[in-house]
Amino acid sequence: MSELLQFLFSGVTVGAVYALVALGFTIIYNASDVVNFAQGEFVMLGGMITWFAHEAGLPLPLAALIAILATACLGVAMNKLMIEPARGAPVVSLIIITIGASIFIQGAAQLVFDKQIHTFPAFSGDTPFRIGGATILPQSLWVTGGALVVFVGLWLFFTRTMLGRAVLATSNNRLAAQLVGINTGFVMTLSFALSAAIGALAGVLATPITLTAYSVGIGFALKGFAGAMLGGMGNPKGALVGGFAIGLIEALTAGYLSSQYKDAAAFVVILAVLFFLPQGLFGRKSTDRV
Amino acid sequence: MKKTLTTTALASLALLSLTSAALAEIKLGASISATGPAAFLGDPEAKTLEMLVEELNAKGGINGEQIELVLYDDGGDPNKARTFATRLVEDDGVAAIIGGTTTGTSMSILAIAEDAEVPFISLAGAIDIIDPVKPFTFKTPHTDRMACQKIFEDMQKRGFTKIGMISGTDGFGASMQAQCKSVVADYGIEIIADETYDPKDADITAQLTKIKNAEGVQAVLNPGFGQGPSIVTRNFKQLEVGLPFYQSHGVASDGFIELAGSDAAEGVRLPGTALLVADLLAEDDVQKPVVTAYKTAFEAKTGTPVSTFGGYAHDAFLIMTDAITRAGSAEPAAIRDAIEATSGLAGTTGVYTFSASDHLGLDLSAFRMLEIKNGTWALVE
Amino acid sequence: MTPKLTPKLATLLVLAALIALTPFFFPSGYYYRVGALIFVNGIAVTGMVILIGYAGQISLGHAGFAGIGAYACALAPVHWGLHPALAVVLGAGISAVLAFLVGRPVLRLKGYYLGVATLGLGILVSMVLNNERELTGGPDGMEVPDLGLRDLLKDWGLNLSNGEFWYFFSGLCLLIGAWLALNLYNSPTGRALRALHGSEVAARTVGVDVARMKLQAFIISAVYASVSGSLLALQNKFITPDVAGFMHSIEMVTMAVLGGVGSVLGAIFGAGILTLLPQLLTVFADYEQMVLGIVMVLVMIFLREGLLPSLLKKFRGKDE
Repeated sequence: MSELLQFLFSGVTVGAVYALVALGFTIIYNASDVVNFAQGEFVMLGGMITWFAHEAGLPLPLAALIAILATACLGVAMNKLMIEPARGAPVVSLIIITIGASIFIQGAAQLVFDKQIHTFPAFSGDTPFRIGGATILPQSLWVTGGALVVFVGLWLFFTRTMLGRAVLATSNNRLAAQLVGINTGFVMTLSFALSAAIGALAGVLATPITLTAYSVGIGFALKGFAGAMLGGMGNPKGALVGGFAIGLIEALTAGYLSSQYKDAAAFVVILAVLFFLPQGLFGRKSTDRV
Repeated sequence: MKKTLTTTALASLALLSLTSAALAEIKLGASISATGPAAFLGDPEAKTLEMLVEELNAKGGINGEQIELVLYDDGGDPNKARTFATRLVEDDGVAAIIGGTTTGTSMSILAIAEDAEVPFISLAGAIDIIDPVKPFTFKTPHTDRMACQKIFEDMQKRGFTKIGMISGTDGFGASMQAQCKSVVADYGIEIIADETYDPKDADITAQLTKIKNAEGVQAVLNPGFGQGPSIVTRNFKQLEVGLPFYQSHGVASDGFIELAGSDAAEGVRLPGTALLVADLLAEDDVQKPVVTAYKTAFEAKTGTPVSTFGGYAHDAFLIMTDAITRAGSAEPAAIRDAIEATSGLAGTTGVYTFSASDHLGLDLSAFRMLEIKNGTWALVE
Repeated sequence: MTPKLTPKLATLLVLAALIALTPFFFPSGYYYRVGALIFVNGIAVTGMVILIGYAGQISLGHAGFAGIGAYACALAPVHWGLHPALAVVLGAGISAVLAFLVGRPVLRLKGYYLGVATLGLGILVSMVLNNERELTGGPDGMEVPDLGLRDLLKDWGLNLSNGEFWYFFSGLCLLIGAWLALNLYNSPTGRALRALHGSEVAARTVGVDVARMKLQAFIISAVYASVSGSLLALQNKFITPDVAGFMHSIEMVTMAVLGGVGSVLGAIFGAGILTLLPQLLTVFADYEQMVLGIVMVLVMIFLREGLLPSLLKKFRGKDE
């Protein structure tokens, strides 16, 4: 029993990180139909900039704030310089553009910072909570809480605010959105800023657990992408469920089956789900335009 | 670092410049994984080589000849390493090669070096690199098997017979896991729990819970490098496994204590090199001067603590320059013969003595069993 | 151009001339190695032209098939005593069967969903190669036996260095691969595939069996990737699971799209650029990754159809 509980805690810890990354994918996808493979680099920057600023003597909360703001600015720049000019390009070109951006950011990070592994102190210490014979770190609760707060915030944003609906409208039909007076350029800028900020937040919350280095981005991007697709791209609920599901599948497979093939289990589940639900668990139904 | 231009168009320019290169120079090639998944190892290696070449040239080079380092970053990709090795041999015309941060890249480079009969010193762990012995290939790090033997020796002394293993699935972890399993029976020890983790994993408590709950487990061993072992160590503490915990030489650097947290790392044992305990070495220890000199120079230059891996590159460079000095020539065959005749050369990793049948030149005595006490390294013996 | 010179013939002639004539300008043996790598990548990329350019599908996991081809050459000769040349065929066969089995369910998916499904497929293959250490040597890789063709040629009096042999042999394989792909382009299947790329619904209404066509393109491209992996393994005589890794999949797609996925020659041009780039960028050392990233982004923004078609268009535009 305590064993199962520990596996679940492990899964929740990892799943919360994936969910946060997946939520970041959701926003940009909703606004522009682009899956941003550089999303993982935002996570990396969140961790690395916080570490760098903290190391330079700034208090941790301030360092984290700077990291989130700086990454949001970078997100906006990425939209203006790379995504806007490529409007209308096919999916495969957009994939290459965002992967190119990811390689570029990685290259820049290893120059600006370094190639070593770093971390900073956990927010509420390292003394684990003990529940039913299993343990969970306070920082895991921070990450989980962060994922839930971001999810609720996004859900409210997309369903309850004019701006959020404007984002969705832009994604559904850009031209129509412009015709009803939505400033689609602003919507795009906002989406990238928000998405990058959430990515950086994920990095800030997760680094005391996962550690960080210039090269960690691509791993986060892959798992977050998988989580978002499992849940159904574009739906915050899907991103949250998908992220946590992959974390839990990995932990339970490692616990009960084989730790070597735990990543395989996650992808087998994704393939199986897509076989029955080609749009993921909560994805939008798409109709072909002829 | 040497910046080489090799577009076809510029090749003719390079030919022209040959005339001005009449200044006596020895070309030394290197292919290192300064980026990619093994950057954690390769980065200090590349920095070490650059630093040492600079130092040596400032002192007037070898036998009055300057050293020119041609350094390529293979990103840990064996295919790229093979291409760069070909380039070093065919295009740059180097006298010898240092490199191969990982076993895969080393295997690629050694094939080219052997074909071209250019001496090659590898910085990777696997025993396959020098066993069977190949005429032109040498290596500086201990083999994974020796690390396993050193650890099992210590476990045997403490009376452990049943242990758990948690290994990384990267090349380093997987290779050491296999080597440990092949020698463990010699020490009367049984592996009763054998788990793995992906190097990118954020939480390894599921696997450690299984090991913790295995019946009769007395100690745990974690072969791996990079961030994985730090996370394993933290999770180990989080779960209060409370068993003696062994790490591998893959994390032998001060960075590990910092990342794992000195609290969680307390009591961890691992087989390390003299480099980590420079201050603790006896005054008459033959390694003391070389270890202290390298540590001081590297830390002053880069501002980061020395690691065992940078030490491997240091030793490779030392062996190479020592051989060139003794050979009195930069001919590949002469360098090779001189390397093989190396005897009693103290490096940071150990004291090297090569022979026709031994291209590693180290024995178990080069490893020192270390324990982390009060947030710093202590000798166990 | 004379009217008899069809685009197909022109492409093959240009390719053959490039392969045959560039060695005259090689200052050292190292250039044969780079050339051979370009040709090996060119074969995989020709498969991507069929999948992406003709059929309009994407894959982020084709390195998995390259991995199968590579390890077939490493394992079959050792375990079943199969000749390495036959192992290439075996690898291609296994890849085709796997592509056939997973193709139907996977190809029902669209866009990014197809991307993640193929990505998963590639990761599963690379995971098996990494984890089945007893068989594959794990992440440290394993040795691959010699193809033996060079020695055979030596017996016939044609003495080539290892680098020269692999340059010309891979070049010949690429020519054959390009010829087959170009034939396909003009066949009824090729026309149906291109119709499908334009609009799936439209193709279906005019009676194209869309699912079958997509599956065919998927299988053929898998075979190209597999052969490319085999040749890489045989050339290097050593192979690690990196060949099946995610980055290799991305590399294949990038080469094809960067060069111009609409034509075989364009895609091969892309393979050439992306193979050469890391070699040229050693000049920039620390800035290598940044430059590579920028190049990818800029080409995709400003030369959308890919390098070669866009450049040719500009060239012609000036002439007129």
